[in-house]
Amino acid sequence: MGKLSSGTLVARLDAINEFDRAPVASNRLQGPGNFIGIYSGEHVAGTEFVIGPLFVAHGVTAGDLLGGLLVGNLLAVLSWAFVCAPIAVRTRLNLYWKLRKIAGPYLLLIYNLVNALMFCFLAGAMISVAATAVGIPFDINMPGLSDLYPTGAGWVATVLVIGCAVTLLAILGFEKIARFSKLAAPWLLLVFVASALAVLPQLGVGSWSELKEVADTKIWTGAPMEGRVKFTFWHVAFFAWFANMAMHIGMADMTLLRYARKWQYGFASAFGMYLGHFIAWIASGILVALAFQENAEVAPGPIAYMGAGVAGLIAVVLAGWTTANPTIYRAGLAVQTITPNWKRWKVTLAVGLVTSVAALFPALMMRLLDFVALYGLLLMPMGAVIFADFWICPKLGLHQDYAERTGRLFSWPAGLTWLLTLGLCLVLNRWFDIEIFFLGLPGWFIATALYLGFAILQQRRKPIDLAV
Amino acid sequence: MQRIILQFLSIAGLLMTVVPSVLVLAGSIEWRTHATLMLLGTALWFATAPLWMRGQAASDA
Repeated sequence: MGKLSSGTLVARLDAINEFDRAPVASNRLQGPGNFIGIYSGEHVAGTEFVIGPLFVAHGVTAGDLLGGLLVGNLLAVLSWAFVCAPIAVRTRLNLYWKLRKIAGPYLLLIYNLVNALMFCFLAGAMISVAATAVGIPFDINMPGLSDLYPTGAGWVATVLVIGCAVTLLAILGFEKIARFSKLAAPWLLLVFVASALAVLPQLGVGSWSELKEVADTKIWTGAPMEGRVKFTFWHVAFFAWFANMAMHIGMADMTLLRYARKWQYGFASAFGMYLGHFIAWIASGILVALAFQENAEVAPGPIAYMGAGVAGLIAVVLAGWTTANPTIYRAGLAVQTITPNWKRWKVTLAVGLVTSVAALFPALMMRLLDFVALYGLLLMPMGAVIFADFWICPKLGLHQDYAERTGRLFSWPAGLTWLLTLGLCLVLNRWFDIEIFFLGLPGWFIATALYLGFAILQQRRKPIDLAV
Repeated sequence: MQRIILQFLSIAGLLMTVVPSVLVLAGSIEWRTHATLMLLGTALWFATAPLWMRGQAASDA
């Protein structure tokens, strides 16, 4: 691969990350309260209105759901605490700068593009979620759990209006919206809880003792909808573990946890997992069960209205909006690495348009479980590369940050690891029938082993002076 | 003092959001009343919380 030069592309790419190149200074480190707040807020979001109902659609039983969520969320917390946080606090670097040192600026560019595309789709799903609430007063034809394509002109118009509004707000600024998101988080969690409690009598729950029977017979019945794979304990546990795979074993949360005084602050993720990915998922599952019973529409807006009335609709719009907005903004930042001469607003506008078009397709929302699994899987190999480079390479006598040390623009060991890991995951999926929800675990070990093998090959062939 | 009053109102907003649902479950109030109280609680939370949270953010910084 080519040597690093003062080429304009590299210089322009670095200019964008200028403010984030250095390790976090010790006077900017933060206490555990900040991380508890951030994790609690981030994981009580618009997606929670969709994931709970999708578990119901996949025919999970109540016992498998509770057990799977308890175990899966615990594994996610441990991944944050033992995989991501220790590297974050030792390097004090964000994911992008650390990856640049290991993989070189060109591979980082490709990573950013993939990341941006995933962000667009995720934000698109959130715009779809918000549209299901905004469309209610206009009586538009809502998508059902099986709908993959736009359901009519009313749906298209609603999504495009919301997409334009979200894009416009993302252009105007991100900080205020991020603050608003934190403001909405505690209220939003209570809306989930209250909505679910309020519909329990309609499902036949007159007392706490009847709750288990109703849960087993009317909510998580164990019967999947037509066309949906039956979910077991393992599906739920692995989904809960890997729903944020890009963030923990994919190392994206290095960007957040580098500000932590101690690596143990990674355990703060438990607040996000057990509030958002436990309570909110259970609550939204209860809501959709009522919709099934009443033969009503099952989109997030209608089910939230059944539980909480107008406050529920507000919750869906705000949850969708506050998730979509920073996501569009982040996607804009990622895309800007290839269009550094564009103004930020132009990039955000372009990203917003792509996102809005994606949002027209309810498939993104109604197949969110598959999309979330794919999103994490695509980015995870780079997290494994960082892990292997940081912990294992020195023990094998290999150099860390090899691309930076040798001035390489593109690390072939990292690039090949990424490509082959995804290829092998595809093989496991297609030929060995391993579902996408489970691929993260073998994928991580495959990526780690491949990177170490390639790094040995590269560094033994072309040893460099340690003093470099 | 003003901050304490605002925080009290915010907590009242959150309580109005969640407590009525428990009363629906207990059979003490109708669903419609719960929905109305939730909306009022929502308004109370968003009207008061930004005022004291802004101050808290400034002191954190």
